[in-house]
Amino acid sequence: MPLLQPLGRTFLAFLSAVGRLTLFALISLSHIVRPPFYPRLIGRQMVEIGYYSLPVVGLTAIFTGMVLALQSYTGFSRFNAESAIPNVVIVSITRELGPVLAGLMVAGRIGAAMAAEIGTMRVTEQIDALDTLATNPLKYLVAPRLLAGITMLPLLVLTADIIGVFGGYVVSVFKLGFNPATYIKNTLDFLEPIDVISGLVKASVFGFLVTLMGCYHGYHSRGGAQGVGTATTNAVVSASILILCFNYFITELFFAR
Amino acid sequence: MSEKAVKIEIHGLCKAFGPKVVLDELDLDIYEGESLVVIGGSGMGKSVLTKCILGLLQPDAGSIKIDGREAVGLAGDDLEAVRRKIGMLFQAAALFDSLPVWRNVAFGLIEVQGRGTREARQIALEKMADVGLGQDMAEAYPAELSVGMRKRVGLARAIATEPEILFFDEPTTGLDPIMGDIIDELIVKCVHDLGATALSITHDMDSARRISHRIAMLYAGKMVWTGPTAEVDSTDNPYIRQFINGLAEGPIETEVKVA
Repeated sequence: MPLLQPLGRTFLAFLSAVGRLTLFALISLSHIVRPPFYPRLIGRQMVEIGYYSLPVVGLTAIFTGMVLALQSYTGFSRFNAESAIPNVVIVSITRELGPVLAGLMVAGRIGAAMAAEIGTMRVTEQIDALDTLATNPLKYLVAPRLLAGITMLPLLVLTADIIGVFGGYVVSVFKLGFNPATYIKNTLDFLEPIDVISGLVKASVFGFLVTLMGCYHGYHSRGGAQGVGTATTNAVVSASILILCFNYFITELFFAR
Repeated sequence: MSEKAVKIEIHGLCKAFGPKVVLDELDLDIYEGESLVVIGGSGMGKSVLTKCILGLLQPDAGSIKIDGREAVGLAGDDLEAVRRKIGMLFQAAALFDSLPVWRNVAFGLIEVQGRGTREARQIALEKMADVGLGQDMAEAYPAELSVGMRKRVGLARAIATEPEILFFDEPTTGLDPIMGDIIDELIVKCVHDLGATALSITHDMDSARRISHRIAMLYAGKMVWTGPTAEVDSTDNPYIRQFINGLAEGPIETEVKVA
């Protein structure tokens, strides 16, 4: 009995947290389609997430594509299967590594920044000030960020896919001696629309998760600078874990036979 | 004052945080056009009272009527309609860091009243002038301002939409005496010019005397004294005597006792 009580309390607290998060997400999503709209804020968030994340996502993608080609060559050359390298690179990048790595990088960059900004607004009463100015903070602060995350991450991932494949091409052609035309032909021959589409769907979901976690933890931060620090950490950690969990489920949805 | 209509009517208001009872069946009437100051020690629930009126906190029980209409339990458009009547100056001003001064002042004009940017900027500059801020401050960001300047911007923002009710949360806290006096004068002027009903909370007695028509003292969740400002120094109410004289001994129990 003494063992069951804390277990039950923890489980109930978990359910309560899931309920709070779900309500927060649903109400915030509903504000995306209900006026008034804030195009200036949506545009600013799109630039912040889409444009300013390009360097970090691009660098991650190019080195991932390069190392993927190198490692694949090391393994496949033992079985004279080097021709499969373009296939491995394109499928790995578009289906998995592009969306997951971009999602994780954006979680570190954007999720943390959102939690810190909104958390600071909470502890300095700026969110209360929004309320007293008859402005709904979920509509003004959260909805534009969610919309920007959902729409911008697929564009980022599409860019990351191209850069990642280019990274594999560079290593394969200039280091491993592949014929450039053959490499490109093999890449395009192996590419299926579903590979790209599944990656973009994942990206959209990850964009939602990253911005949701950043906003949720920031919005509920308490207790000054320490509270904002905790919110920032929780936003990045929870977004990263959720990205990896949802990656599995979406993969199963698209590709499980 | 009692001949005037009641603007804000609070009855039986209760609010507790866990075992700590902050407001305990509190009753308070604020009349139209008057400036009422609620005084009381730190942690006595003054801010909780204003947050309950603003709908930022849900009371556990009781009623808050604004213009005769129940405000407790409102949500969505109804709550926003009530809030449009109210302007608030926060203790630390709570200016939006990401916006320049003029956009802070014009926030309610643009986002709530839907006015055009040019018109809103013009009004914001006028309101800034009302609180003694020049046009050269318009493009500055809150982080570049002193505490006194921030309070002025917060005051300009509070009055920009010309609300019927003004709330002031510790308006002089953190200011030197001269700047405190200037802010008090601005508060009196703004309340007078707008013809607004004002509710201020403070523990600064000099400020309370300067900006109020009536004073109410909050202790242990209830109003232990309410009366005209002119009578605050002559009353024999033991709570008021102890508070305004800053005495350790008396009916007010502090959390830290002198050994």
